[in-house]
Amino acid sequence: MKRLAAILAAAVLLGAAPQAPPVALDLLLAETPAPTLDAYRLFVDAGARSPNGRVTPYGLNTPLFSDYAEKFRFVFLPPGKAAAYTAAGALDFPVGTTLVKTFAYPADFRRPGEKVRYLETRLLIRRTDGWTALAYVWNEDQTVATLKRAGTRLDVSFIDAAGRPRQFDYAVPNVNQCKECHAVAGVLQPLGPKARNLNGGFAYASGSENQLAHWSRTGMLTAAPQPAKAPRTAVWNDLAEPLEARAKAYLDANCAHCHSAQGMASNSGLFLDVEETRPAARGIGKRPVAAGRGSGGLEVSIAPGDPAASILLHRMKSTEPGVMMPELGRALVHEEGVGLIAQYIASLEPAR
Amino acid sequence: MRTLAITLAAVLAAGSAQAKTLAVAPGANAQERVQTALIDAKPGDVIELAAGRYDFTDGLSLDIDGVTVKGAGPGQTVLSFSGQKGAGEGLLVTSDRVTVRDFSLQDTKGDGIKAKGSDQISFLNLVVEWTGGPKETNGAYGVYPVSSTNVLIDKVTVRGASDAGIYVGQSKNIVVRNSTAEFNVAGIEIENSMNADVYDNLATRNAGGILVFDLPNLPQMGGHSTRIFRNRVVDNDTPNFAPKGNIVANVPTGTGVMLMANKNVHVFDNEIDGNASAAVILIAYSQTFDDKTYNPLPRDIVVRNNRLGRNAWAPAFPGGAILAKALGGTVPPVIWDGVVTWPGSEAVRVRLSDGPVVNLNLPKPGALMEANPKISPTLGDAVIEEPKPVVLPADQDQLIP
Repeated sequence: MKRLAAILAAAVLLGAAPQAPPVALDLLLAETPAPTLDAYRLFVDAGARSPNGRVTPYGLNTPLFSDYAEKFRFVFLPPGKAAAYTAAGALDFPVGTTLVKTFAYPADFRRPGEKVRYLETRLLIRRTDGWTALAYVWNEDQTVATLKRAGTRLDVSFIDAAGRPRQFDYAVPNVNQCKECHAVAGVLQPLGPKARNLNGGFAYASGSENQLAHWSRTGMLTAAPQPAKAPRTAVWNDLAEPLEARAKAYLDANCAHCHSAQGMASNSGLFLDVEETRPAARGIGKRPVAAGRGSGGLEVSIAPGDPAASILLHRMKSTEPGVMMPELGRALVHEEGVGLIAQYIASLEPAR
Repeated sequence: MRTLAITLAAVLAAGSAQAKTLAVAPGANAQERVQTALIDAKPGDVIELAAGRYDFTDGLSLDIDGVTVKGAGPGQTVLSFSGQKGAGEGLLVTSDRVTVRDFSLQDTKGDGIKAKGSDQISFLNLVVEWTGGPKETNGAYGVYPVSSTNVLIDKVTVRGASDAGIYVGQSKNIVVRNSTAEFNVAGIEIENSMNADVYDNLATRNAGGILVFDLPNLPQMGGHSTRIFRNRVVDNDTPNFAPKGNIVANVPTGTGVMLMANKNVHVFDNEIDGNASAAVILIAYSQTFDDKTYNPLPRDIVVRNNRLGRNAWAPAFPGGAILAKALGGTVPPVIWDGVVTWPGSEAVRVRLSDGPVVNLNLPKPGALMEANPKISPTLGDAVIEEPKPVVLPADQDQLIP
């Protein structure tokens, strides 16, 4: 019997090709972070292009705009563990879960798959005492990503989708700034992987599939309803979806991490999460509190029917620190986002 | 149990004995070195910024409890943000029992030093300024604790803020003392806050000296119990340079003290002189709002025993010149809009013992066209109990600037 077991075990090992050792869960959970990203073995190659086993790519219906960066997202779940479904907020992830997000720029957005430069890879690690945020910055040769806790700035240039050369100073956040956005009532939380924002298709190697369905089917997620019965965030740039749903999804993803009752900007009283329904709290006719010169000489956050008179849009269109919103993680104007919100504000019934 | 208590005490003592100093010097790469210290600090540690000039490209932030950030003195240690490219403030504090002290902080693109949701936050012996003088493009607030409890601001100078130099918002248990606010739109502002003592300060050359406001549609409303005493509120004469849209843009240039939509505010033993619009204005919030829980009227207001010098000789508020003419050439130094009714609100009581006082007798907030001004030497004799002195936690109160 012992012999048979040994043969079986060997066969299982042979079946587990490729031979890459698994993700280093012990290092992810260690109090002292690894100095370089490769130590965690989240990827099988030094350049972090190929994920290891149990590291699954995912996408969001409506993501945060980050200076046009391409974002490659992955979730690692420890062996034998699954996330539990929650209808509101981020899914309930088990200890050891690691969310991986690489920020990258192709040299030319008209050829997005070519000459892609990785800038940084951010990790959100679920430890026993809560989530920890880390940022690893890639070297020029794209061979190693090094821990950067105090943040830094990187010179970035690319050709945009319209063929225009763009150049700017990209900001890698320091660990406190990670928390400024990711804190809910002062506690670090993931922002993206909510059921409603994952409730959409993803092009897996095995073919396209709804992410909630895929996660459920592969044992990554428990207790999830059918996708059709789960809440769903609109896709901000899918013109087939209603304007209001797209605008609210965009504001939720780009503003509500601070502008919600439990966020960093709670004192503003401007709450842009999709759950908020009070018109004044959503900015309709709302006067600024601490906007300072951010008001741009305008009177209210959202003037229904009048985008040009709306502080919210004015701050989205600015690239001046002290005026621009979001305060962190943006140096360029998101022209398509500005277009969407302008269209949305214009569609609102003016106050009588 | 006693053994456990002793053990715990020993552990705590050991913890504080291990408190260390993280020394940072000026020079290249200041951003990363200072920020690293702010991340590496442990409770009890002191981050010491040696004398010299530090140039930052981004905001700094502190999220560790019990840390002191200390310079070699204002003008000695200078944190410059003139090259700032991101973040809404120079230094952001989000942890408890933090003291920032003994440095200058200059030219932030947004606010100077902000503390959000902090308990026991102390600002001591600081100069926060915009070095180009009063400008609309300056940041809004110099020193900016918000949604905080136990706030101490002592021996702080703020110059050039395009909103309020020293601004305390949506906070509780507040002491602002021995500080100077000059060349700001508002010198010192207490907003949507409970229990504040503002004393022994100088507010001069602002558009308005000291403001106590309450605004609608905010998480914390119903501001009350503020004492403004022994301050010098003099020569506030900088033309209001606030960007439109902000509430302080409505503060008339040359206002000494302005109380709006707040409750139980006592203004006494101050020197109020050289303010061209008014010494003290009591006014209702008059803009439209959608918030049934908000009371826009100032109520339970006491103004007594102040030394009023020459004030109100050129009122800069809308209708001021007409009012002066109607009143025979001059406007009294103490002005109350006289709004006393608001649906569902409690009675409005005042004791304005310094005067003369003009009561505009407005039927509703902002209805200046329906004013029916009446002048009297004093106005109201309501007995309104003074708030008890603010008591800070002992270890915080013992901090010496």
